[in-house]
Amino acid sequence: MIYSYYPGCTLKDRARQLDLYARASAAALGLELKELTQWQCCGAVYPAASDDIASRLSAVRALMNTEEKKLVTMCSACHHVLKRTNFDWKQDATFRTRATNYLQPEVPYDGSVEVVHFLELLRDEIGFDELKKKVVNPLTGRKIGAFYGCLLLRPSKVLSFDDPENPTIMENFIRALGAEPVSYPYRNECCGAYVAMEDQKSAQTQVERALNSAVAAGCEELITACPLCMYNLVENATVHRLPVKYFTELLAEALGVKEA
Amino acid sequence: MDQNTRFLTETVLRISGVDPRKCMKCGKCSGTCPNYDAMEYHPHQFVSMVENGLIEQLMNSNAVYLCLGCMACVERCPRHVAPGKLVGALAQLKLRKQDGNHKGGNDIAAMADEKVPQQLLMAAMRKYRK
Amino acid sequence: MPKIGVFVCWCGSNIAGTVDVEAVSEAMKTVPGVVFSTNYQYMCSAAGQKMIADAIHEYHLDGIVVASCSPRMHENTFRKTAQAAGLNPYMVEIANIREQCSWIHKDKEEGTRKAIVLAKAAVAKLLHNQPLQAGTSAVTKRCLVIGGGIAGIQTALDVANAGYEVDIVEQRPTIGGRMAQLDKTFPTLDCSACILTPKMVEAAQNEKIRIISYAKVEKVEGFVGNFRATIRKKARFIDENKCTGCSLCMQKCPSKKGRDEFNMEMNNRPAIYIPFAQAIPNVAVIDPEQCIKLKSGKCGLCEKVCSAGAINYQQKDELLEREYGAIVVATGFRPMDPSPLNELGYAENKDVITSLELERLMNAAGPTKGTLLRPSDLKHPREIVFIQCVGSRCDENTNRGKPYCSKICCMYTAKHAMLIRDKYPDTNVHVFYIDVRTPGKNFDEFYRRAVEQYGVDYIKGMVGKVAREGDKLMVRGSDLINNRQVEIAADLVVLATAIEPDPSARSIGTMLTASMDTNDFFTEAHAKLRPVESPTAGIFLSGVAQGPKDVPETVAQASAAASKVIGLLAKDHLVTNPCVALSDELLCNGCSQCEKVCPYGAITYENREVRGPGVREVRRVARVNPAVCQGCGACTVTCPSGAMDLKGFTNQQIMAEVDAICL
Repeated sequence: MIYSYYPGCTLKDRARQLDLYARASAAALGLELKELTQWQCCGAVYPAASDDIASRLSAVRALMNTEEKKLVTMCSACHHVLKRTNFDWKQDATFRTRATNYLQPEVPYDGSVEVVHFLELLRDEIGFDELKKKVVNPLTGRKIGAFYGCLLLRPSKVLSFDDPENPTIMENFIRALGAEPVSYPYRNECCGAYVAMEDQKSAQTQVERALNSAVAAGCEELITACPLCMYNLVENATVHRLPVKYFTELLAEALGVKEA
Repeated sequence: MDQNTRFLTETVLRISGVDPRKCMKCGKCSGTCPNYDAMEYHPHQFVSMVENGLIEQLMNSNAVYLCLGCMACVERCPRHVAPGKLVGALAQLKLRKQDGNHKGGNDIAAMADEKVPQQLLMAAMRKYRK
Repeated sequence: MPKIGVFVCWCGSNIAGTVDVEAVSEAMKTVPGVVFSTNYQYMCSAAGQKMIADAIHEYHLDGIVVASCSPRMHENTFRKTAQAAGLNPYMVEIANIREQCSWIHKDKEEGTRKAIVLAKAAVAKLLHNQPLQAGTSAVTKRCLVIGGGIAGIQTALDVANAGYEVDIVEQRPTIGGRMAQLDKTFPTLDCSACILTPKMVEAAQNEKIRIISYAKVEKVEGFVGNFRATIRKKARFIDENKCTGCSLCMQKCPSKKGRDEFNMEMNNRPAIYIPFAQAIPNVAVIDPEQCIKLKSGKCGLCEKVCSAGAINYQQKDELLEREYGAIVVATGFRPMDPSPLNELGYAENKDVITSLELERLMNAAGPTKGTLLRPSDLKHPREIVFIQCVGSRCDENTNRGKPYCSKICCMYTAKHAMLIRDKYPDTNVHVFYIDVRTPGKNFDEFYRRAVEQYGVDYIKGMVGKVAREGDKLMVRGSDLINNRQVEIAADLVVLATAIEPDPSARSIGTMLTASMDTNDFFTEAHAKLRPVESPTAGIFLSGVAQGPKDVPETVAQASAAASKVIGLLAKDHLVTNPCVALSDELLCNGCSQCEKVCPYGAITYENREVRGPGVREVRRVARVNPAVCQGCGACTVTCPSGAMDLKGFTNQQIMAEVDAICL
């Protein structure tokens, strides 16, 4: 299967590993991720004002440039903005009209693209049972916690990614790779990255709560899908510390393509 | 309510899509807010104060920048009020005023260390300035 | 042409405020057939009714139109007035110019115009009315009560004590319902079992009451006074007449993995079991999912130890057909599953429990024999947090629960908090609340006692997250009065979950054609004035099936329902509605479509000699049983050949009304 792929700015630089290992793993799994020939910033944050059309335009451009039926995302933040903008496109006629008037596309976007996170692709298209069969280096004995953060889960009616209060997709992913998933209560809370620059102390409070919760539950390492969480969990850790990896790195490791 | 307050209130309700009258003042939002202690005003107060015309007090508070935008209050609100949307919209409203920038581009660049992901930098650019 | 009188009611300012009643009665004077038209402040008053009677005599009226409120309110009143004045009561038509006109319009001119049109339509219909005669039907003097909780038991006892037979059909193996699971009852704190079990015994010993347990009502046909129900009595693999309830089988049964429903599945029970010691009937039941003998053919231990020879592995479901004059719905409730609010951690943490689970943990017959131990490690909890309104009072746009207040939670939470502080004074109890609602006799005093005498810590605010950390549950919530966020390291968290109708209610409602609201509570015939009757004649409502209520309210309502049942069963005959369907044999083509849509089974087909102009042959035609027909009209709109008609609402009458409005 061929999928359009939106890596996003951070995956070209600070979160290069998230992208690199995703591509290697996808190839090993027989998934073709075709990067959009043209893309810009996803918009960085989903706008708080419903009349803010401009900051959603670049997301619309990405959707418009999608050639395949599904647009795969890797970064939680990009996924959040693209998915919500796509949802708005279908629900909000005013937004649709205004954005179309501004962009003046040759062919208007028909709203048919489905924005899919790579984890959803693994769950729904490959299947975790199938994934398990492709594992060559099972991660036996490792106690791994998933840090979901907020962007993948909420608002759940739009993201419809997983149960927002008791998500299991990443735990099932970890299990498929042969490791032991450790579930902990703060895995679906915010890491605080959005205020990290403005108020480092706030960010540290969130990170400490998350890490404390993870350590108490017995996690020995964490995975995340979000460059913001990655930065924050590593840089703003104070009392507790845990090694944090992108989920794609774990996947590449298990599939035996990490060094390739 | 004076004219300016009424204008601001109507605008923030329109762009946020929040209906404060739906609030039953249960405090779920403030019970779930992860950054409660850092914020001068708390999620339930945002809802109540907007309804009571105290909108400028909120706009002048740093609390609007300390909301993590994590939507825990939006997700868990039993009345579908979504206080977090109101906080975000107030921050937007503040930006739209003359000289409403919270931080300039150079300030933001100065705040970033070399490890800050691009996404976060971009987000700050969007959130703190026009 | 018939002579018609029109009477326009002001209903005080209810109608006259938005409708120019004078203009309406004037306008009606010019309508063909109308020989008299007037208006008055309250037509339903004695003076108004006299005005109508006088006009009937003076102008020799053949029919009257009253332009007033909904026919649901006063059609009967005016029919009686007309009858007393010598008119056939079915020569009365109501033009609803209140609910369908004045109340919904603001513009007086528009309202007046519409009122005139509605009155004209009523006249047009009345010109085609025929005098109708009501028949009578016999009443089966037996009552069916669906559900054997405190509501069903109370209704059954009251009806039986008035001398009528009652069947209680209970889906579980024993009667007693939710009240049997409660430890103590507010506000007097008497032991629930101590006040309930005597009533259960009384029901069992009453010779007028038949308890059909482990059974469900599968089909109901007929109508008020004449219901016929099919009841499936599930195989319990025990001969009820032989079992002595000695419980030896329970002790010997090697399969012990059944979940104990009575203890909210907090412990296991054997495959053969009696739900609790005071169960009625005190007879065992075999869970076929757990029984080794039924699953694999091996074992048979219970049969060997049963000295009464009561075990019967071959037993099959049994179908009973019974006739009833009245049916009482007492299907009760269950606590809502709090999983949608998973930030409270119910699904992942054994020590996050519902209030009903706590009842069992505090009960001497419960899994911990009445010592309060938390489920995960059986340790005494020293710090307990209660959370109120879990799943109640939620907006419909969220998926978080019910829009209504569950009514009983404030009081049972105060009760739990008080009992715990009383028994374990070293335990701290915190209650997160939104409002404390205590409108009941001695209720607020009770709640104040929990605070003032027992030192229960009430925190105005809600919990945002419950997170396990080691052997503690970290409860983070708002404390609105002190303007702070608090985190309490708790040992046990108790959720005051919303209550919802028992899941069986929906299908029973459909079977009885008894209307329900969007929450699956049964609807009353009138929210204020007929609160224990369903709009469907002969169906009565008892207990939480109608809406959330506590034990005293349930008992009061159960007795009220019983009095309505007794009022019905005391009659030998019921006057039937003459507005029933009638099939024109000459037009009927025998297609059977009317038979299929009839919800009451009132239509049968038979071969009959049909005579008409140029016709004399035997045909298969529809026949309506007027005693069974409820006049719903489904057959008339279904009939493709126009043979089926509804008396009092004939096609001709309806078309005349439509023409009067549209032409």
